[in-house]
Amino acid sequence: MFESFTAETLARMQFAFTVSFHIIFPAFSIGLASYLAVLNGLWLRTRDDIYLTLFNYWKKIFAVAFGMGVVSGIVMSYQFGTNWSVFADKTGPILGPLMAYEVLSAFFLEAGFLGIMLFGRERVGDKLHMFATAMVAFGTLMSATWILSVNSWMQTPAGYGVNELGQFVPEDWWQIVFNPSFPYRLVHMVLAAYLTTALVVGGVGGLHLLRNRANAPARRMFSMAMWMLVVVAPLQIAVGDFHGINTLEHQPAKVMAMEGHYDSHPDGAPLILFGIPNPKEKRIDYAIEISKLSSLILKHDLNAPLNGLDTIPDDEEPPVAIVFWSFRVMVGLGFAMLGLGAWSLLRRVRGRLYEDKWLHRAAIGMGPMGFVAVLAGWITTEVGRQPFTVYGLLRTSDSLAPVAAPAVAASLLAFIVVYFFVFGAGTFYLMRMMNSFAGHADPALKDGPIRTAGITPVAQTHPDAIPGE
Amino acid sequence: MFELSFIWAGIIAFAVLTYVILDGFDLGVGILFPLAEGEREKATMMNSIAPIWDGNETWLVLGGGGLFAVFPLAYAVIMPALYMPIILMLLALIFRGVAFEYRWRTERWKPVWDVAFFGGSLVAAFMQGIALGALVQGIEVADRAYAGGWWDWLSVFSILTGFAVVVGYALLGATWIILKTEGALQRQMQRYAWWLGAGTLGFIGVVSILTPFQNPEYFTRWFNLPGSVLSVAMPVAVAAAARALFTGLNAGKDGQPFLAALTLFVLCFIGIGISFYPNIVPPSLTIAEAAAPDESLWFALVGTLVLVPMILAYTAYAYWVFRGKIDPAEGYH
Repeated sequence: MFESFTAETLARMQFAFTVSFHIIFPAFSIGLASYLAVLNGLWLRTRDDIYLTLFNYWKKIFAVAFGMGVVSGIVMSYQFGTNWSVFADKTGPILGPLMAYEVLSAFFLEAGFLGIMLFGRERVGDKLHMFATAMVAFGTLMSATWILSVNSWMQTPAGYGVNELGQFVPEDWWQIVFNPSFPYRLVHMVLAAYLTTALVVGGVGGLHLLRNRANAPARRMFSMAMWMLVVVAPLQIAVGDFHGINTLEHQPAKVMAMEGHYDSHPDGAPLILFGIPNPKEKRIDYAIEISKLSSLILKHDLNAPLNGLDTIPDDEEPPVAIVFWSFRVMVGLGFAMLGLGAWSLLRRVRGRLYEDKWLHRAAIGMGPMGFVAVLAGWITTEVGRQPFTVYGLLRTSDSLAPVAAPAVAASLLAFIVVYFFVFGAGTFYLMRMMNSFAGHADPALKDGPIRTAGITPVAQTHPDAIPGE
Repeated sequence: MFELSFIWAGIIAFAVLTYVILDGFDLGVGILFPLAEGEREKATMMNSIAPIWDGNETWLVLGGGGLFAVFPLAYAVIMPALYMPIILMLLALIFRGVAFEYRWRTERWKPVWDVAFFGGSLVAAFMQGIALGALVQGIEVADRAYAGGWWDWLSVFSILTGFAVVVGYALLGATWIILKTEGALQRQMQRYAWWLGAGTLGFIGVVSILTPFQNPEYFTRWFNLPGSVLSVAMPVAVAAAARALFTGLNAGKDGQPFLAALTLFVLCFIGIGISFYPNIVPPSLTIAEAAAPDESLWFALVGTLVLVPMILAYTAYAYWVFRGKIDPAEGYH
């Protein structure tokens, strides 16, 4: 099946495949962990049962998604060595300690308190349970911080030297951790995770409002999700703009590919809205463009000159078509999120937030779009870094492990089969759980709150409670 | 300044040992899972590890991540050398990890996830044993890279260590369930633990006798002073732990068999450590050679010294919260 590919291509396909699958789960669990902490906090403060119902409902979904994130993440921590051992040897002295900090300050925190958050409310009491819930949320944010520092260093390396063995060695840890693109990337990604979660929660809320607009927990979650969009979507667009300007400064070739600027524009570059990249002729076919707008966005000046890919040697050029498209998908979805938030605000002002069925349908349609936008964004930044693993310093082709193509092909095939099977099943269970929420939430609660939901397995008390079977 | 890299070798060894004994018992529970006689027993076994398995597995990430951080060359050599066992272990861990949640989400497919839980645990344990055996045999290094073929890890010796780890983990799992349950399930596990204990001791004996022949350096280490003192002391210590295991089992003690099984693992680990020293990847890559520059070691050490005691404290707290016998009625979700 993969006979015609080199080991390098296969290893790149494998990394792209496993990391793309992996990022879906943290993108969701970072936002959901914070949402759970907010829900639990609101319940403790107001003692409004709707918050507890929502907490217990999303908690179960979190447990499944988090489990998938953990197991797909373990793969990542070993893949640097199995397929990219030269990269590991060369960058280990810098990136290794950052990842060790991620494990020590984030993974253990999440894992240590997750059990208490999921199963321990009755054993430790409300206060410690709240603390555990907050620690899980804090852990997910710490994890994002460290891993984005790692990724950002690969994009905009700083604070390093090179020793006689060809390894990158640390000279200034502050500069390494807070490298030039890190603050922008961190904020952009955390907001993306919050938007992704808000869209999922909004989609689930919309689904259940369509079925029953009096469903109180569904109203509450839909309202919370739409507020989140109203606040975060415009913020994210602004942060994205700053991130782009930062990229222009440090990785101009990536921005040229994103913009589709094959040619330099000495007096104001156009913004290409759409078009078909033609890598052979080095131009954008059928381009629809607005003159000088790109210079305005990137330089905040209509007539500012912008260089194009004609200033970049061919062997340092990223694959333009992929970056060009993925960037447009991300931006388009960002504006769609903004639109959904604005729409919900208009309806809220008129007091028709829970009545507008088309709004609810739109929220369902947008439900998975956060994941698509996150993937598109990561494809833009990672493919845009090519042909380097450490931008400008270490080529991807010089990073590969001495592994044989058949070994990489076999493991790639195994990953594809296993991931689609395991995570396909998990996604199915998640969607079924999201579909089954009906306001009376947990069937156990129908009998009165004898024991708080969350401790007794539904499957044990109500063997027939699994929906759809 | 070689002391720093040796401190780090000690820390990595500690992380790996912690992983082996913690995930060892929960993988062992997975290996014994199909022997449970009914749904109630299955649920009890899984619930006994549900709140803690994730924390246990994080030590594996620390082992990998820590190696990448402080011994990048060792990481860069071991991973390609053990390519297949590592990938298979990771895939197996995926199956067993998701089973904890999935099996409660479906009736129709519950048997599928039960098999995934058992098979994943078994394969992960077996691959860890194979990886250990291959490492003991030695890894060919040339020019800062793995220089062997991609089947080098497979040998009679590595398959033997694979089985040894499976049986040893099953012993840890059985003694853990003895600690956490009562009644019929506990008695069943007491019977298994007896046989698994005998099997583990048998494997320890065979592997210990074969190990010195894998590498002439091991042979000199163990059969010359001061190593030969240990060659006498280690079997005595193992015998004492074995005695504690069997007397504990015969007397129906709750905790003693588990502690004795843990002691066996610690002793074996020390034995392997003595064989390896001062190499990190036998036969030729030393701890000092593989270490990252001192700036990296210092930076990581500060965080480790602050954070690891905290991790141990809240991990211990989590174990304490879920202490005592599992109440089959008090379930998982």
